[in-house]
Amino acid sequence: MKYIDDFRRNDLAQKLARGIAAAVQPGRDYQLMEFCGGHTHAIFRYGVQDLMPSNVHYVHGPGCPVCVLPIGRVDLAIALARQNLILCTYGDLLRVPGSGRTSLLKAKAEGADVRMVYSTQDALHIARANPQRQVVFFAIGFETTTPPSAVALKQAKAEGLSNFSLVCNHVLTPAAIHGILHTPLPGQLAIDGLLGPSHVSTVIGTQPYVPLAQTYAKPIVISGFEPLDVMQASLMLIRQINQGRHEVENEYTRAVSAEGNRKALALVAEVFELRPSFEWRGLGRLPDSALQIRPEYAEFDAERRFDLPQQPAEEVKGCDCPSILRGIKRPSDCKLFGSVCTPDNPMGSCMVSSEGACAAYWTYGRFRQEAA
Amino acid sequence: MSPQPKRFAQRLNLREGTVDMTHGSGGRAMAQLIEELFMQHLDNPLLRQANDQAAFDVPAGRLVMSTDGHVISPLFFPGGDIGSLAVHGTLNDVAMAGARPLYLAAGFILEEGFPLADLARIVASMAAACNKAGVAVVTGDTKVVERGKGDGVFITTTGVGRVPAGVNISGDRARPGDAILVSGSLGDHGVAVMASRENLSFDTRIESDSAALHELVAAMVAVAPGIHCLRDPTRGGLATTLNELAQQSGVGMQLEETQIPIKPAVAAACELLGLDPLYIANEGKLICICAAEDAEPLLEAMRSHPLGADAAQIGQVIEDPQGFVRLRTAFGGQRVVDWLTGEQLPRIC
Repeated sequence: MKYIDDFRRNDLAQKLARGIAAAVQPGRDYQLMEFCGGHTHAIFRYGVQDLMPSNVHYVHGPGCPVCVLPIGRVDLAIALARQNLILCTYGDLLRVPGSGRTSLLKAKAEGADVRMVYSTQDALHIARANPQRQVVFFAIGFETTTPPSAVALKQAKAEGLSNFSLVCNHVLTPAAIHGILHTPLPGQLAIDGLLGPSHVSTVIGTQPYVPLAQTYAKPIVISGFEPLDVMQASLMLIRQINQGRHEVENEYTRAVSAEGNRKALALVAEVFELRPSFEWRGLGRLPDSALQIRPEYAEFDAERRFDLPQQPAEEVKGCDCPSILRGIKRPSDCKLFGSVCTPDNPMGSCMVSSEGACAAYWTYGRFRQEAA
Repeated sequence: MSPQPKRFAQRLNLREGTVDMTHGSGGRAMAQLIEELFMQHLDNPLLRQANDQAAFDVPAGRLVMSTDGHVISPLFFPGGDIGSLAVHGTLNDVAMAGARPLYLAAGFILEEGFPLADLARIVASMAAACNKAGVAVVTGDTKVVERGKGDGVFITTTGVGRVPAGVNISGDRARPGDAILVSGSLGDHGVAVMASRENLSFDTRIESDSAALHELVAAMVAVAPGIHCLRDPTRGGLATTLNELAQQSGVGMQLEETQIPIKPAVAAACELLGLDPLYIANEGKLICICAAEDAEPLLEAMRSHPLGADAAQIGQVIEDPQGFVRLRTAFGGQRVVDWLTGEQLPRIC
């Protein structure tokens, strides 16, 4: 824990807070979007907002793999799970409601064989242990979780595992940021700068953000997930905003380079290719924003192996997840927030995932709202 | 004189035998299981009477009674197993009224095919836990379910205990200004079980804290009979337990993160898995809410007992009609410590 505790030190936080207070210009607001749910979580869990000046605001972005998965894909997972096979996926996805308020957890209770795994290796292990049954790994996540999926497919191919396949829902961060910045509704989206997810950049590096920062004239700082990282990155953004700069800077130098992890990128490129179009919850269909399995690995593509429903599904009426994911609304602006939509009874994905903006507001920050 | 007829033609095969449906049928096989396994380990005069109930004298004063079903996977984990857990869990529920536990009842639901050797290990562990706690299992029940309809073994235990005169401990008695104490480090049990369940290996072995707390409670009640609330933070951990107490008492709580004892290995495991140790189960810890002036004498009494060596004051009760449990983070911010929703799930990335 030593290397973690160092990034949570109160004395350093106070020092940084004083630095930020000195840097901000009175009379102007700073709207900083943290793209990733990991940052949202850290901001709330450690109370980072309490240490920031009142004119620095965090706008919660769409960077939570569960939150951006459209209901149609959740329905697809549930339909698969009901086909007498073993469906493996990461924990957070189990509670996400699909159409008709059902979920993988409910499908499991009804008899579907749904298993929570910690890694793609667990899913491979289940496939090896159950040769008579089809095992499907429902893969979700940004660039961080894609290399392990690629490894799993390569291993499955090498071993000739004929009962293993994967549903690819891997999505791409720069494309999503482009989607947010490119099509804001006039006057509604006011973002002065972005905190970029460091774990994604350990894979892709900082370079892919350079065209975005230049095209949209928004500074981007790649930030670690510890609270001191978030504060330091915020200070770097504030300085750029004050100086009218819009560059990509790297706060997470301890693990991120400009070019990223070439080995991981090569691995991903070998197994996956760009999907021409993919639907994102809240952002709609975005071109070249997700990956699909290459033809060379088609036999391990569950979307080809099984007959699956591909119809779009409607959002819950009144649910503002789409606007919240885009940073246009805050969770507390949603009429359903805290009334019918709570973590115990989630209506939308932002309330389901522990890294979703609504769940973070509800779980960690509710007392502020009651006090307001 | 003719020799005593043998009751059972062959002894139970405790090395390689398994539970079968006849062990729950009420016939000879069940009688043999009880005699050669349960009675062997849990023997005491009341149980040996072999009635369908235990008859005993009732001590003067208030009695408390508690029951708890124990289902856990895996059945054996570092620092304990379902047998000792079934004893400690119910003894602690009784003890959290400030009571001294007197008797236990145990109900077993066994799955067809379960190895008798494992069952013997579990019952021996129950017996050891009972002996250490000075409490006897005085009545019990055994049922067998078909293979696939159970998870090896389920154990329900019911406990009876006596509350000393002048002690009135209840979850609705927390008042603003009260101190919130914990008896030691949090999350050990949940992380130990999770680590063995998921075959995760950590450099440091994390053991369950499963233990009977009534002796610690007795030492606490002796110095401060006016304790307001006691509760063992089992499922849902510290966070859920404090939310329960806040709601029952109609108060809020203010915690100090830096004061909450968590072992570095537990904190590191939680960090790795994306879990919050405040929500992780404990089986050998208690939370005490008491008048501010009782806090120091209580901490002293707790720290002089092995099960309370790391006791600490972690916060205080505050006035709050919303009933929020708040935490001042080590980082310097403030947040809500909310009820647990469903199960804690590991994060994706």
